[in-house]
Amino acid sequence: MNEAIKTEQSALLNFVLAEADDALILGQRLIEWCYSAPYLEEDLAISNVCLDYLGRANNFYEYASELDTRKRSADQLAMLRDSREFSNLLIHELPIGDFAFTMARQFVLDVFYVEYLAVLMDSTDDRIAGIAAKSAKECDYHLRRSREWILRLGDGTEESHTRLQNGLNELWGYIPELFMQSEAEKQLMAQGVCADRAALQPAWDACVNEVLEQATLTRPDVSWKVSGGREGIHTETHGYLLADMQFLQRAYPGQQW
Amino acid sequence: MTVIAAIHPEQLQREQRRQRSSCPEIWALLDQVKDPEIPVLSIWDLGVLQDVVVDDAGQITVIITPTYSGCPAMKQIAQDVENALLEAGHERVTVQSQLSPAWTTDWMTEEGREQLRQYGIAPPGVRRGDKKIQCPQCKSDKVRLVSEFGSTACKALYQCTDCAEPFDYFKCI
Repeated sequence: MNEAIKTEQSALLNFVLAEADDALILGQRLIEWCYSAPYLEEDLAISNVCLDYLGRANNFYEYASELDTRKRSADQLAMLRDSREFSNLLIHELPIGDFAFTMARQFVLDVFYVEYLAVLMDSTDDRIAGIAAKSAKECDYHLRRSREWILRLGDGTEESHTRLQNGLNELWGYIPELFMQSEAEKQLMAQGVCADRAALQPAWDACVNEVLEQATLTRPDVSWKVSGGREGIHTETHGYLLADMQFLQRAYPGQQW
Repeated sequence: MTVIAAIHPEQLQREQRRQRSSCPEIWALLDQVKDPEIPVLSIWDLGVLQDVVVDDAGQITVIITPTYSGCPAMKQIAQDVENALLEAGHERVTVQSQLSPAWTTDWMTEEGREQLRQYGIAPPGVRRGDKKIQCPQCKSDKVRLVSEFGSTACKALYQCTDCAEPFDYFKCI
């Protein structure tokens, strides 16, 4: 997207799109486990969590579509924007890795979203509050399951422990971005539209630390961190993800069923 | 001892909307619209049907709410609502989806819970209070969780340790 168009978009649209992008991109990653999860029940579970994220994305895209001065539909926003126009935070787009990595990411995000959505459901924007309240219930449920997996894998075999610890180490530098306010959020804070992300860190730390300790895992201590997702600067894999996800609409524009 | 749970305030409002409606016949017509995944359960009993409004010009607006954000049955339900009303001669129908207040299993009617049980799905507990999960086959409460998620977003998978039958449990949210 060229800069002129980007600045024309309202802060509210940018914020709503970012929320939609976060949910869509993680949902797209999760669906990669469909038909290839460790066993059938887990296949169903991941697919169900994925559906919740795709539903959340759709709710935000529908709202974004109404706000969009260019009148793009929800489908067009999801399927016809290029990588630089996507503003998802990087942690959502990381490849699924092994099952331990997927669950490590899911757990840190579930803890985050339980806190985050609990604040966002009090947004002064009724549409945002409604979507958040709906998703918050689902997230409580996601956390119950991902927390169990952290305990089982962390306090499981040497192999499962090592894999989960490696997973945590790999993704740890992507976590600080979750707690950074975007330009849009800074503008919307005064009106009470969005959540103060930085304020969520203590509660997130407390929950994550408690579970990691119980699971005999070590909280990674890494000196690196990556950001840029909100500004459309993504990891290399983002383009491949979009190529897969958007193929049908690119090959058969406007196709519906 | 039977503990009768107090009715959820939003469910009370939903029942009042129906009781005080100026178009009870439309509500009754919509009782034939079932959840596509659980064909014994009407959208009223499930808690998905929220309101029916008929304006002076005869335009019918049906308001439904999704069970889960990504419930794939919503489009089917909206279509089924339109078809049911169309077949009864009502041509001007709009179906609106409404997210807020967020659906909860507390809006499920007693009739709906009983129909689920007979269909072989353990009904959801009431959030504050009774959380006991019973095997829908042999009524044993010796059950174990197999998976937090089942064949659809709204169900979890359990197994009865008495009769060994696996069964779906309608998740309580």
